[in-house]
Amino acid sequence: MTLAEILHSLFPGGHGVAVTDGLIGGDGPLGTGRLAVVGIDGNTPLGIEGACLLAGRVLDVVRRGGDTPILVAIDSDSQRMSRRDELLGLNEYLAHLAKALLLADASGHPTIGLVYGHTAAGAFIATALATRVLAALPGAHPSVMDLPSVARVTKLPLERLEEMAKSTSVFAPGLDNMVAAGAVHAVLDPARPLGPQIEALIAGSSRKDGRDDLGRSRGGRLVAHDIAARVVRAATGD
Amino acid sequence: MEKLTFRHTTNRSLAGTKAQAITGVVASGNLEVLMERSLAPDQCTVEIDTAINGYGDVWEAVISDFVARRQPGGLRITINDGGARPDTVTLRLLQGTRLMEAV
Amino acid sequence: MAMVPVSLSADPLDQSWYEASARARLDGLVDPGTFEEFIGPEQRVMSPHLPAFDLPRAFDDGIVVGRGRLDGSIVLVAAQEGRFMGGAFGEIHGAKLVGLLRAALVAKPAAVLILFDTGGVRLQEANAGETAIAEIMRAIVEARMAGVPVVGLIGGRAGCYGGGGLIAGTCSRLVVSEVGRISVSGPEVIETNRGAEEFDSRDRALVWRTMGGKHRRLIGGADAFADDTIRAFRDAALDQIGRAPAFDLATLEAEQARLETRLDRFGDARDATEIWGRLGLNDPAAVPGLDTETFDALLVRLPEAPRDAR
Repeated sequence: MTLAEILHSLFPGGHGVAVTDGLIGGDGPLGTGRLAVVGIDGNTPLGIEGACLLAGRVLDVVRRGGDTPILVAIDSDSQRMSRRDELLGLNEYLAHLAKALLLADASGHPTIGLVYGHTAAGAFIATALATRVLAALPGAHPSVMDLPSVARVTKLPLERLEEMAKSTSVFAPGLDNMVAAGAVHAVLDPARPLGPQIEALIAGSSRKDGRDDLGRSRGGRLVAHDIAARVVRAATGD
Repeated sequence: MEKLTFRHTTNRSLAGTKAQAITGVVASGNLEVLMERSLAPDQCTVEIDTAINGYGDVWEAVISDFVARRQPGGLRITINDGGARPDTVTLRLLQGTRLMEAV
Repeated sequence: MAMVPVSLSADPLDQSWYEASARARLDGLVDPGTFEEFIGPEQRVMSPHLPAFDLPRAFDDGIVVGRGRLDGSIVLVAAQEGRFMGGAFGEIHGAKLVGLLRAALVAKPAAVLILFDTGGVRLQEANAGETAIAEIMRAIVEARMAGVPVVGLIGGRAGCYGGGGLIAGTCSRLVVSEVGRISVSGPEVIETNRGAEEFDSRDRALVWRTMGGKHRRLIGGADAFADDTIRAFRDAALDQIGRAPAFDLATLEAEQARLETRLDRFGDARDATEIWGRLGLNDPAAVPGLDTETFDALLVRLPEAPRDAR
């Protein structure tokens, strides 16, 4: 689905969401209230200016109070890879955006990620992965790194990685593998109106991070949940 | 990857009371050695996971030499190897036994 | 970069942080004899994924987590081993840090200390590592909201790259040494994607002044600059725990203002030395050679000290 189709399905009566330089902002009616929308469109890389602007929009929602949920709609590239972005502290800008989303969620604004295109690496962590519940649309392609790049870094032949990717979900790019890891909670049905699906996701969500539990039950991340729980037991003595 | 296991009988147990020690890091040309005082006083086992295949004979010689020199009775030794040279292996084994001998 | 002679002292606290292993850093950092490891190497909890890539595993999956005392107070600690798989976040590696941070909510330690030494996500376990980084950031925020400071210490061989840089940016306070590098895309990654004209990764001086400890401290990306010794990191960690900001709207609004101001003032700068000049340093070219004492004195004299809301 394109962003326009998503917004039309979410807000059939119209909305105030706009895209400038690949950055999404605005809101529309949802149920008896509003739904704030921020995000990245058009496979745009996330750099320092973009992260700063999106974080400011999220903090605006928090400052206004209330309980408006925030939808983080993402079709991005990875973080912008440049000397200038790193010189000026890209890690701080990306972390700040993630923190703004985490603060919003803790302050009564449930955050819902929606990956409808590509996203990768640091841009993925700073946006969609910093939400309480992450949804995706069929055809979305979240990843950490594409296989040709993995092949370069690991010095393994691409053909071998492609073969391994068929049976091993833990390193392979793509939506199914991120669902299996528990990173993506749900895949929405584009044939049905998105508003009620988003509302149901919010209603069924919890502030408790259950992604490792999902990863275990879905088979994509079998040991993480138990390891974390073992450390908690050791540290708290029960 | 290759897995190797060696068992030795020793004349005596290693001195000291430390139950466990770890030394080294798994990296290219390096290895980590975990020592646990968990066997009978005249027994020593060495289990190796190595990144480089085909050097079983070298490992056997290095381990035999180490056991003859240090008589590490009682120790279960486990090694994760990132492709260390024999002298590095010996160094880590000696470091490990020194740590185990501490009171 | 100032070259500091190798210490001849036998005192563990005088050893180089950069050269020390994760275990040696932790042993020296906390009060002697107080470190207690969770899921120690004898439990052999190793990566279930590396064998498929014919790669050797480590007993601790490259991270040591546990509890110790710092000047008498209980702290939870995690140390990454940058020499094993570049200190990268795999499934178990990440889950150990997630568990430690979640435990802080119940155990209420004086602080959680994270000794970063990482290239980012372990690509052989990419999805597990990436998701763990998101879980870690959420857990840090929850610990901070519960009043537990999370302090990051950065001065290891692998630096603090990729998702590690984002986790660092989520901490309450950061201590960095000259050789500590903080960044998202590393020099090699930028060069591979954009070419050597954009970033020549072999130009070490460029790497240090673009992402190294002094630059990060000067622009406010870190809160304290430490010598490359275990003692200096220990002292700085103790000092920073007491200065940790709350995690609330006021702090994030202050950070928003801090980051917007940085964009306005330095957004058109071509090089770190240009930024340092605008900050009021008379001799930017001399900065890389300054020792810690001179550098700290210079920070104090700056017309505006780096603001540190994070």
